[in-house]
Amino acid sequence: MDTFIQQIINGLVLGSMYALVALGYTMVYGVLNLINFAHGDVLMIGAMVGITILKIVQSVAPDLPGIVKLGIAIIGAIPVCILVNVIIERVAYRRLRNAPRLAPLITAIGVSILLQTFAMMIWGRNPIPFPQVMPAEPFTIGGALISPTQVMLLVLATVAMLGLVLLVERTRMGRAMRATAENPRVAGLMGVDSNKVIVMTFAIGAALAAVAGVMWGANYASAQFAMGFVPGLKAFSAAVLGGIGNIYGAMVGGILLGIIESLGAGYIGDLTGGFLGSHYQDIFAFVVLIIVLTLRPSGIMGERVADRA
Amino acid sequence: MSTLFDVKHNPRKAYTSFAILGIALIAFPFIASNFGNSWVRIMDLALLYIMLALGLNIVVGMAGLLDLGYIAFYALGAYMTGLLASPQFASVLESFVNNYPAVGETLRWIVGEEAAQNGIHLSVWLIVPLGAALAAVFGALLGAPTLKLRGDYLAIVTLGFGEIIRIFMNNLNAPVNITNGPQGINMIDPIRIFGVSLAGEPGSRATVYFGEWGMPSVNAYYFLFLFLCAVIIFISIRLQHSRLGRAWIAIREDEIAAKAMGINTRNIKLLAFGMGASFGGVAGAMFASFQGFVSPESFSLTESIAVLAMVVLGGIGHIPGVVLGGVILAALPEVLRHVVEPVQRQLFGAVLVDAEVLRQLLYGLAMVVIMLYRPEGLWPSPKHEDRMDANAKKRLDEKEPTALAA
Repeated sequence: MDTFIQQIINGLVLGSMYALVALGYTMVYGVLNLINFAHGDVLMIGAMVGITILKIVQSVAPDLPGIVKLGIAIIGAIPVCILVNVIIERVAYRRLRNAPRLAPLITAIGVSILLQTFAMMIWGRNPIPFPQVMPAEPFTIGGALISPTQVMLLVLATVAMLGLVLLVERTRMGRAMRATAENPRVAGLMGVDSNKVIVMTFAIGAALAAVAGVMWGANYASAQFAMGFVPGLKAFSAAVLGGIGNIYGAMVGGILLGIIESLGAGYIGDLTGGFLGSHYQDIFAFVVLIIVLTLRPSGIMGERVADRA
Repeated sequence: MSTLFDVKHNPRKAYTSFAILGIALIAFPFIASNFGNSWVRIMDLALLYIMLALGLNIVVGMAGLLDLGYIAFYALGAYMTGLLASPQFASVLESFVNNYPAVGETLRWIVGEEAAQNGIHLSVWLIVPLGAALAAVFGALLGAPTLKLRGDYLAIVTLGFGEIIRIFMNNLNAPVNITNGPQGINMIDPIRIFGVSLAGEPGSRATVYFGEWGMPSVNAYYFLFLFLCAVIIFISIRLQHSRLGRAWIAIREDEIAAKAMGINTRNIKLLAFGMGASFGGVAGAMFASFQGFVSPESFSLTESIAVLAMVVLGGIGHIPGVVLGGVILAALPEVLRHVVEPVQRQLFGAVLVDAEVLRQLLYGLAMVVIMLYRPEGLWPSPKHEDRMDANAKKRLDEKEPTALAA
C-alpha cells in the first residue's frame, strides 16, 4: 500500500509538470491549430536560465532561504522564456499562417533543433547539476515520501493553473482568446486583434513552461540541452489525452498521464513477470497516445470531433 | 538546371549530361582512393543517407505526411540484420533458455542446433527483402491508427515511435538479451554477393578480388550502394508517374478533393507510409552490414531530423532535388570537419564552434530558412502536377528560365 501511495504522489508531481507544459501546447493549438514542437525546448531554456540565476543568487546572497532563491530563479526564467517563445512565433510561424500545413511543422522542428544547439553552445554538452537550495529531508504522508521541492511544485502548479483559469474566464483578454479559438475570422470581425491574442497565447504558454522547466530541473537535480524533448512529447500526449485545444483537458490529461506513468513504472515489472522493467516508463505516454487516437481522438474533454481532413 | 536532365524536351543534352554524371560517379572512388579511403567511406555513408532521403521523400514529399521518426525504420532494418546475420542469435537463444526454458527450447527446435551454436547467418538476398518487409509492416502498424486523423498527429506519433524504438534497443538486454543493450551488436556478416565478400576475405587487407582484379572494400560497397540508389531512384520515378504516385500528389495537394475523386485516401496513405518505411529498412540492413556493428547511438532523433532536413533542403517531392539535398547535408559535415576547425584555429587560435555544433545549426537553419523563403527547396520540381490548360503552360515555360536564373 505504501508503494501505491508513493506512486500516486510521484504521479501527481510528474503530472502537474506535464499539465503545465501541456497547457502551452493546447492553448497554441486552440488558437492556431498548430503543434509548437519547440515548446519542450522552451522548458529546457527555462531550466537552464533558472540554473544560471540560481548560481548568481547563491554567490550574491547565500543566506536567503531556499524557497526564495528558487522563487527568484522562476521569476527570472519567466521573461526569458516568454521572449524566446514570442520570437519563435514571430520568426517561424507568423509568415506561414496561411501556408500548407507541412510548412509550420517543419519550421517548428527546425526551431527546436536551433534552440537545442544554441543551448549547447551556451551551457555546454553535458548535464549541469541543479544547485540544491531546498531542504533535502522529505515529509512523510501515510508511509510515502514527498520532498519540499515537490510540495513547492504542487503548490506552484495549482496557483499557476488557477491563475490561468481566472485569466481565461474572467478577463477581457481571456474572452478574446476564447473567441479566437472558437472562430478566428468572426472574432476578428468583432474587433479582436488576433495577432495580439496569438502573441499573448505564446507568452502565457512560455511562462507556464518556465515554471515547469525550473521545477523539473530542481526535481531531477540536473538539466541538459536535450532535456526538453521527452517532457515535450509526453506533455503533447497529455494534451491529446485531455482533448487538445481545451485547457481543462490539458490539466486533467497531464495529471492523469503522470499517474498512469508512475503506476505503470511501479507495476510493469510484476505484470510482465520481470520481462519489462521500470526503465520502460517512457513508453506509457506513447501507448496512451496511440490508444486515445484510436478510440477517442477528441480526448477526454474535447468537444470537437477530430478533424478528418 | 532543369533542362540538363530533361529527357522529354531535350533528349540529346539530357543523355550527354547523364553520361557525364555516370562516368563521374563510376570514376569517383578510383580517383578519391588515391587520397585515402576515408573520402570513399564518407561517400558510402552519403549514399546511405540518399537512400533514406529518397524513402522519406515518398512519405513527406509525395504524400505530404510528416514522418519525424523515420530513422526508426532504418534502425529496424539494421537490428534485424544484426540478429539474423551475426553470432548474436546464439546468445539470444541462450538467454531465452536460461530465463524462459519453454520459449527457448521451442526456438531452438525451430532454428536447429547449428543456429543455436553460431547464430543465424542469412544471405543478403534474404536480408534485403526481409528488412524491407519488416519496416513496411511496422510502418503500416504505426500509420493505421493515425492516418485517418490530421497530419499533425502522425508527426507526433512518429516522433514518439522513433524514441520508443531507441528505448527498446537500449533496454532489451535484460532479463532476456536480444539487442545487447547500449553496447550494440557486433560482428555482423559483411555482404556476400555470389560468394564474394565485400569486406574482403580474411588476410586480404580489406581488398575485394573479382578474379584477378582487386579493389578496396569501401569501393566495392560504394558500387553496391550506388546501384541500390539507382534502383531506388528508378522506383521513385516510376512511382511518381504511376496511378499511385498521382494519387499521393492529389492527397498532398487537397485531401478532400482527392477523396471526392474516388481515391481511398486512407489505404493510399498507408501504402505511402509502408513503402517509404521499406526503403529505410533496406538502407538500415546495408548500414549494418557495411559497419559490421549496430548500436542505439546511430539512431537518435538527430538522424531523423537530418534526413528530413535533406528532403526539405533539396526540394520536397522532387527526386533530383532530394538527391542534391542528401549529398550536401551528408557530405558537408565531413567537409566542415576538415575545413572549419583549421580555419578557426588560424583565426582565433582555438576552436570556438566545433563541427558537430555547426552541423546541427545547419540542419536547423536549413529547415527554417528554406520553409520561410523558398518552400519548394533548392532544386524545385518543375510543377508538372499542376493542372493547367495549354496556354497557361506555355506562359509558364517562357517564364521558367528567368525564374531559375534568379
